[in-house]
Amino acid sequence: MSAARLVWANLFRKRTRSILTVLSVAIAFLLFALLQAIGAAFDGGVSLQGVDRLIVSPKYSIVDPLPVRQREQILAVDGVEAIVGQNWFGGIYQDRRNFFPKYPVRPRPFFDIYGEFEIEPDVLERFARIRTAAVAGDVLMQRYGWQVGDIIPITADIWPKADGTRLWEFELVGSFTSQDERQPAQLFLFRYEYFTEAVASYGKDQVGWWTLRLDQPDRAAEIASEIDALFENSQTPTRSATEDEFQRQFAKQLGNISLIVRVIMGAVFFTIILLTANTMGQGLRERIPDLAVLKTLGFGDAWVSGIVLLEALLLVLLGAALGMGVAYALQGALAAGLAQIVGVFEITSATIAIGFGLAVAIGLLIGALPARTAHRLTIVEALRRG
Amino acid sequence: MVVADGLEKTYQRGKERIDVLRGINLSIDEGEFVSLMGPSGSGKTTLLNLIGGLDKPSAGSLHVAGQSLAELSASRLAAWRAANVGFIFQFYNLLGVLNAQRNVELPLLLTKLSRKQRATNAETALAIVGLADRARHKPAELSGGQQQRVAIARALVADPRILVCDEPTGDLDRDTADEILDLLTLLHEEHGKTIVMVTHDPKAAERARRQLTMDKGVLVGVPA
Repeated sequence: MSAARLVWANLFRKRTRSILTVLSVAIAFLLFALLQAIGAAFDGGVSLQGVDRLIVSPKYSIVDPLPVRQREQILAVDGVEAIVGQNWFGGIYQDRRNFFPKYPVRPRPFFDIYGEFEIEPDVLERFARIRTAAVAGDVLMQRYGWQVGDIIPITADIWPKADGTRLWEFELVGSFTSQDERQPAQLFLFRYEYFTEAVASYGKDQVGWWTLRLDQPDRAAEIASEIDALFENSQTPTRSATEDEFQRQFAKQLGNISLIVRVIMGAVFFTIILLTANTMGQGLRERIPDLAVLKTLGFGDAWVSGIVLLEALLLVLLGAALGMGVAYALQGALAAGLAQIVGVFEITSATIAIGFGLAVAIGLLIGALPARTAHRLTIVEALRRG
Repeated sequence: MVVADGLEKTYQRGKERIDVLRGINLSIDEGEFVSLMGPSGSGKTTLLNLIGGLDKPSAGSLHVAGQSLAELSASRLAAWRAANVGFIFQFYNLLGVLNAQRNVELPLLLTKLSRKQRATNAETALAIVGLADRARHKPAELSGGQQQRVAIARALVADPRILVCDEPTGDLDRDTADEILDLLTLLHEEHGKTIVMVTHDPKAAERARRQLTMDKGVLVGVPA
């Protein structure tokens, strides 16, 4: 037998209680890893250097529209190779729960700029030719069992038609796929020309944001500044950013995500500290005679308190490893779903390192008091109580 | 082996001073088997605790196995206990999470023996107390007498110079108590162990070569 065996045996002295505690700690660290990844995505530094795509959005609020006349002015900026406008269409397909992004776009510029989306030439040709045409990502086609030729009805919640009706019907002319694992093809695209003709007057000749492709990525920051300067004193000033940053800004309209994430994590860990400390305290009270026996046999105060501290550490570290392991395993599946909202969703090695650092800190914190009690335990008194 | 001179132990309970031992003079030779009897509260367990190095005297001197215990720090006293004393309690005090062999091995974790040697020594100690076939059983799976045998094996395994026994048969029926006393007698006679045993049981006390009686903190019949 070794000292490690003694620690391990003590840790699972009350098997059910220990397993439940480890599981609750694991859930806390699962949440930690996921929320940390989301928080990091929102707080990530923004660098324009080397990007070949920029998003030009309204400077003050995502709901402010940009006029289509900006298109030519932006295209005239040196370094801008292509441009496409997009609008957040919203809309409901059958049920509000059937959420997927729907954008009115100009077909050829869109697929020209978004090279990761692959579309067959004949599908693109039909999409560009038929006024009410739409194309859908293969993920959506599979999810809803759509076939080419289907009429897809979308009920407008933001953009009613000029005639006052809200039903938009699109003819599905084909699908497209994505070559980017992090960005699965789950967009629904339809013709901007149809949108701007049919929409109520307040939506005409406007876009929500511009997406640009640059032919001089090393000048991305300079180009962004140049574009923003163009419209600085207009009624529709712009803010140029990377796609990741744009997605983050979009999601931030919901609220201060980073703060929400940190508040949730704080609450979770506070609860876990209380819970685990209570478990440790309870375990210590039950084991006072055992600890007294160890001291009687010649194990010193430091040795006995060390064992108690090690048990607390091990309990939290086991939970942390389990929780972050599960989070890591779920990463791939979650990344695909969250890519549209937070951009890059990744549980980094830094997150894992912070998690284990936190686990050590929590382990030491909750083990400190029991370890101190064990250290100060008087053999004669403890044996009398036992 | 044990030399106590004017040994006193006093506890302070609030403002009240309790004199538990009042000037004990005692000498126990190496290889002796001594029993300590007396009414509850007479101080016999306190004296045993002092001899075993679990507590320190308030006054007087106490030498056990050639060491003045009052002079040792807590950590040195712990190391001294590990090397010199084997403890046997009334309620066995085995660790419930460990099987018999691992309980017996515990004191050896403080030695420099290899893992294999520790296991071998524990098996030998269990064989001496007649429980080689119960090595993998946990305390809850053993009878009271078997648990006390495991406790005796644990007390023996590091080959201590003195065994201190606090009512080792107090929780056992007559027959089982006799078996345990037979074992202690064997350890004394065959292995030459020095044994100091506190007991309320006159029959148990008769097994010792010398019977001492305590009352109100002094040894009866021994000049203070």
